[in-house]
Amino acid sequence: MNAILLSVLLSAAPLVLLSKTIVVSRDGEVNSLKKAISIAAPGDTLLVKPGIYREGNLLVNKSIVILGEGLPVLDGENKYEILTINANDVTISGLKFIDTGTASITDIAAISVSDAKGIKIIGNTFQDTFFGIHFSNTTQSLIESNQLESDATAEQEIGNGIHLWKCENITINNNVIKGHRDGIYFEFATHCLITNNRSERNLRYGLHFMFSHNDEYRNNFFVDNGAGVSVMYTKGVKMINNTFKHNWGSSSYGLLLKEISDSFVTGNRFLENSIGIYMEGSSRIELTDNLFYRNGYAVKLQASCDGNTFTHNNFSSNTFDIATNGNLVLNTINSNYWDRYEGYDLNKDNIGDIPYRPVSMYSMVVERMPTAVLLWRSFLVFLMDRAEKAIPVLTPENLKDESPSIKPYDLI
Amino acid sequence: MTRVIKYIFYDILRTRFILLYTVFLLVSTFAMFQLDSDTGKVVLSLLNIILIVVPLISVVFTTIHFYNSYEFIELMLAQPVNRSVIFLGEYLSVAISLCSACLVGIGVPALLFGADERAITLLFTGVTLTLVFVSLAFLASVLTRDKAKAIGIALLFWFYFSLIYDGLLLWVVFSFSDYPLEKVTLALIALNPVDLARIIMLLKLDIAALMGYTGAFYKDFFGSHAGIIFSTSILVIWIIVPLMAASRIFSKKDL
Repeated sequence: MNAILLSVLLSAAPLVLLSKTIVVSRDGEVNSLKKAISIAAPGDTLLVKPGIYREGNLLVNKSIVILGEGLPVLDGENKYEILTINANDVTISGLKFIDTGTASITDIAAISVSDAKGIKIIGNTFQDTFFGIHFSNTTQSLIESNQLESDATAEQEIGNGIHLWKCENITINNNVIKGHRDGIYFEFATHCLITNNRSERNLRYGLHFMFSHNDEYRNNFFVDNGAGVSVMYTKGVKMINNTFKHNWGSSSYGLLLKEISDSFVTGNRFLENSIGIYMEGSSRIELTDNLFYRNGYAVKLQASCDGNTFTHNNFSSNTFDIATNGNLVLNTINSNYWDRYEGYDLNKDNIGDIPYRPVSMYSMVVERMPTAVLLWRSFLVFLMDRAEKAIPVLTPENLKDESPSIKPYDLI
Repeated sequence: MTRVIKYIFYDILRTRFILLYTVFLLVSTFAMFQLDSDTGKVVLSLLNIILIVVPLISVVFTTIHFYNSYEFIELMLAQPVNRSVIFLGEYLSVAISLCSACLVGIGVPALLFGADERAITLLFTGVTLTLVFVSLAFLASVLTRDKAKAIGIALLFWFYFSLIYDGLLLWVVFSFSDYPLEKVTLALIALNPVDLARIIMLLKLDIAALMGYTGAFYKDFFGSHAGIIFSTSILVIWIIVPLMAASRIFSKKDL
C-alpha cells in the first residue's frame, strides 16, 4: 500500500511543487472531506487520516488528489452515492468505500465519474457497494489494484463492480471483483485494456461486453460466475491468456461469443465449465493455442458462425468436444490436439493420417433432447456413437479436423 | 453354515477361474493407470469394465458354478441340513469370491496410484453390481433344470439391463420429450441397477456436462442425504429381492 501511495505521490510530484497538501482528520482543523474539497484549489492533495467519514454525497468538481492514509472509511450509510467526480485529472487512492445506497432507476456507485479524463482510481477497497466504480463518457483513465466485494443474493439487489459506459482508452489492471451482478461491465467502451483482474462469484457475468470495439483483455481470471463471460456485438477484440474456470449451469458459459467478428482468442484456458465457448453469429475469429480441459462441452459452435478458425488448441477430458446445431459448416478446424483421437501416424510427422470428427453423434441427440444426457456413457450410446463414426448420418460430414496433432501442444 | 461356505469356497478356488478373473482385472487396471496419468480418464475407462464386464462375468460364472456343484448340493440335501442354509451358503461364497476379486483387481491398483472419491465410488458400484448380478444369476439357475437354458436366461438378464432397457428408456425420452421427464426418468432409472450405478458415477465424472436442468435436478437429488439413502436402498432391493425369490423357489423345488 505504501508503495502505491509513494508512486502516486511521485507521479504527482510536479503538481505538488506548485500545490499544497490539505490534511483531513476527524479531530484536526479540517475535519470533513466536504470542507477540504471546498477550500482546495486545483492540483491540491487531500491527505485523509484514518477514521469513518459519513458525509453523504461528495461532489468533486476540481482536479485534486484524494489520498487515504491507513484506509479511512467513507460510509454511504446505505443511502448515498459516495463520490461523484465531475472534473479532469482526479486521483483517488487508498480509501475504503462501504454501504452505498441502492436504487432501481439510477446507478448509485461508490465512485461515479462522468464526462472526464485523466482519472486514476488506485488501491481502494469497496465493500457492499451497489455499483463499485461507474464511468460514463470518460477517457484516458486508469483503474488499478482495487478490491471490490459484495454479497448480494439476487441480481436486482446489486449493480456491477466496474461499470464503463461510452468510454475510451481506459486501463483496468489488477483488480479483484467479487459478488457483484457483473464483475466488469463494458458498453460502448472502446480501445480499453483489461489486464490481470480476478472476477469471481459474480451473480451474472464475470465480464460483460457490448458494442466495445478494439478492446484487449489479457491474463484475467474468471471463476465461478453465474454465467461466465459474455462478449457481444463487438468487433476487433483480443482475448489473450485468460482463464475461465468453473462456470456451471444450464446457461453458463466460460465464454459466450455472440455477434463478434474479426477477433482473436489466444492462449486462454477453459477449465471445468458447462460450456467452454459458446459461439453464435460470430465471424472471422481466430481461436489458437487455447486449452479446453474437463468442460461439459468444450465448444458449442452454432451453425450461424462463419469463417472462424480453430488451430493449435488442446482438447482434453471434455465430455463433448464440439457440438453444433446444424449440418452447415463454414468454419475451419485444423491441427488441434484431441485426446479422443484414435487414428494413426504412419510417417511419424506427429500429424494424424486420418481426420478426426469432433462432433459426437450423441451430442446432437442431447442438443435436441436435453433429458437424453442421462444415457451418456451407457453401452447403448457407445454402440450408437461407433455406428455413427463408421457411417455419419446425424453429424455434419464436413466438420472435421483434417490434420489432428498426435501429441498435445505445449501450452501454458 | 460356515463349514458349508468353507467347502464351496475351496471348490471355487480350485477351479482357478476367480484367480484368472482377479489377474485380468489387476492387469487391465494397472495398464490403464500406467497409460494415462489423468485419474479421471482412468476411472472413466474402468467404468466401462464395471458396467459391462463385471456383470457379465458375475452372471456367467454364477450360473456355471451352480450347475457344476449340482451334485454337491444334492449330496448336501441328503444330510439333515436346511435347504435355505445350503442356498445362502452357495450365494455367499460365490458373492464373496467375486466381490473380493473385484476389490483386489481394481482396488489395489487404485490405492497404489492414489485413490480419490471417484475411485472409491467406482469400487462401491463394482461390488454392488456384482452382488446384484449374482442374485439374478441364482434366480435364473433355479428357474430351470437345463444348464444351457439357465445360462441363456442369465445372459438375457445381462443383455436386458445393459442394452435393451436403455434402448427402451431412450425411446421413452424421444416420445415424450415435450414433457418434463425428470421424475419419470428417475423412477425408470431406479428400475435398472446398471443405469443407477452409471448415474451415480456420471455425477462424479461428467458433472459439468450434466449441469443443464436435468443434470442439476439429478445432482440435487443424488447429492442429498435422501438421494444417497434412496439409491443405496434401491440397489440393496435389487440384491435382496431376486435372492429371496430364488431362495423360495429353491426350497420348494423338486431337484
